[in-house]
Amino acid sequence: MSDIKRTPLTANEIADRFSDKFAGKISDISIRQWTEGAKSTPVNSVWITIERSILHDAVKEVISIDYPHFGVISAVDEVDFVELLYHMYVYFGCPGKGVEITLKVALPKEDLIIPTISDLIPGAVYSEREKRELMGVEVADIPDKRGLFLPDDFPKGIYPWRKDDAGIKEGMVKDLWAVGRPEDRPNPPVKPKPKKEAKSGGDETKNSAPKNDVWPPEKSDEENKAEIKPCELAEVKGE
Amino acid sequence: MSDNKKNAPYKIPIGPIHPALKEPILFTFKMNGEVIEEVDFSPGKVHRGIEWMGMRRNPVQIVHLTDRICGICGVTHTFAFSRAVEQVAGIRVPERAQYIRTIMAELERIQSHLLWAGVAAHELGFDTLFNLAWRVREESLDVIEYITGNRINYGIIQIGGVRRDIVKEQIPRIEEALSYYEGLVDKMLKLFLHDKTINMRCRGSGILTKKAALELCTVGPTARASGLKFDVRIDSPYGAYGDIDFDMVLPECYLSETNGDVYDRIVVRILEIPQSVSIIRQCLKNMPGEEGDILWEPKMPKLLSACKKAGGEAVGRVEAPRGECIHYVRMKKADAPYMWKVKASTYSNQLAWLEILKGEQIADIPIIVASIDPCMSCTDRVSVIRKNSSEIFTKEQLHRMSVEKTRGLN
Repeated sequence: MSDIKRTPLTANEIADRFSDKFAGKISDISIRQWTEGAKSTPVNSVWITIERSILHDAVKEVISIDYPHFGVISAVDEVDFVELLYHMYVYFGCPGKGVEITLKVALPKEDLIIPTISDLIPGAVYSEREKRELMGVEVADIPDKRGLFLPDDFPKGIYPWRKDDAGIKEGMVKDLWAVGRPEDRPNPPVKPKPKKEAKSGGDETKNSAPKNDVWPPEKSDEENKAEIKPCELAEVKGE
Repeated sequence: MSDNKKNAPYKIPIGPIHPALKEPILFTFKMNGEVIEEVDFSPGKVHRGIEWMGMRRNPVQIVHLTDRICGICGVTHTFAFSRAVEQVAGIRVPERAQYIRTIMAELERIQSHLLWAGVAAHELGFDTLFNLAWRVREESLDVIEYITGNRINYGIIQIGGVRRDIVKEQIPRIEEALSYYEGLVDKMLKLFLHDKTINMRCRGSGILTKKAALELCTVGPTARASGLKFDVRIDSPYGAYGDIDFDMVLPECYLSETNGDVYDRIVVRILEIPQSVSIIRQCLKNMPGEEGDILWEPKMPKLLSACKKAGGEAVGRVEAPRGECIHYVRMKKADAPYMWKVKASTYSNQLAWLEILKGEQIADIPIIVASIDPCMSCTDRVSVIRKNSSEIFTKEQLHRMSVEKTRGLN
């Protein structure tokens, strides 16, 4: 945290420190570099795949290296398991020396629980709440159990980021083109084409939209006549 | 007053259609008299499920979604997303395109900071300054329109580059805007920072300590105003930032000490305008490559097939006007990304509200809430519940309270 006495470690040194300290609990460490700009300024990142049991200690280790800026927790549903990615950034404020550390933790589907890290980094609670809500990952000892983004009446046990049965069901998705037009509003001043209307009737089942919600709404001939009138009048006036 | 005391603390909900955000949000304040004891908020009133939509579209289609995540940050999200996809697919963006991206990001910063400055002035009841800030903001929008064809939702960034070039003939017009802002800086500093009222309202209010700024994961001008040296453009250079000479803007550049209050946040944002001008100048001066070399692959089928062949994961980070923006993308050799996670800058800054609103007064809510985020509209509705009766404050009333407090000071 102190700005003056920080001597930045390189990505390699950070990787070594982790592999020494948590030998056996780390399944993969990779260092990636990406360059941009005319001078090809490199930016390094360390991706560490760890076991769930050492997550808390690993975050402690990151803090002992340099108190990180905690970015966010990403979550991926890999069908058999859920992977959480803790994106953290160390050595900010040291121009060009910033290193991105991503801790990857895999959780089995039948036991989706992860210890909280909000006791170490208070700001992480926000992202943890989001993972509970959108991925259905239980966070042990989380200080705030409320949801974050979904409305209060969102069905329980449905998690929008899941790709299995707990994901968004087809019936929950509303296609904008299929919702139809509110019935209590005046019709648009366009002459409807009754022939096409009759043809489109066959496609309704495909979109699973209720019959009366189909656009454009079916109208009797009398209604059509009444509707066209103001339009024609307007044209006459214009001339 | 004594009657009210009997019931204190009482709770005031503000929102969900609320002011300081692009999205509605519900605040609950636990009040003791005029003083805020505790704050809580619940976001997500307009969660649009953009990530869900994106995971059913290909990256080129998503670019148009990311343009519309935020109305102010038209470049930021697309920049971050395309950087993530480019890393996964191994796409090298032409240097010229990187420079144009950087220029757009900085023009966006100028317009965003000016927008915020105007709103902040409005929240304090200083509408003359609000009108002035928004009038001078027009120049940046005009230049953005001149370059991209749009005032907002520019649609300039494409996976692997940018859609429109900045050619030699356009530079004088851009330079004109840069000189305009350069000439304005002293005036802006004088109007905002040397004004007696703004000093009295903003100094010492909404304080975020450096420690809290770090632990609550704040980003952007909010973090820098607390003395935290955190700027993605400098820590992990992207685009053309690695080639450019510029320093982080901290309150100590202008003031003798850093307080982390609302005033410091104004200082940082105002000083970032000349910084952006300098960055754009350097980009224009050193623009590499030949005119027209702005896309990695101009043929859409080739670009789409490169994206479809890509597998892996990457993080795209950029410094938005409000702070760090993260896009995480995992791709699995399919049309659509397997997973896409967006973290906007306000996501990181929101927790700071709990800290900075504590102990402040009701009339200070608008300016303090606005101080972390330039996209402040206005308090739409506040209902005050006192035991059995409840009365509703409209945004105008709340705004009036703020204005009255300013008048009371003078």
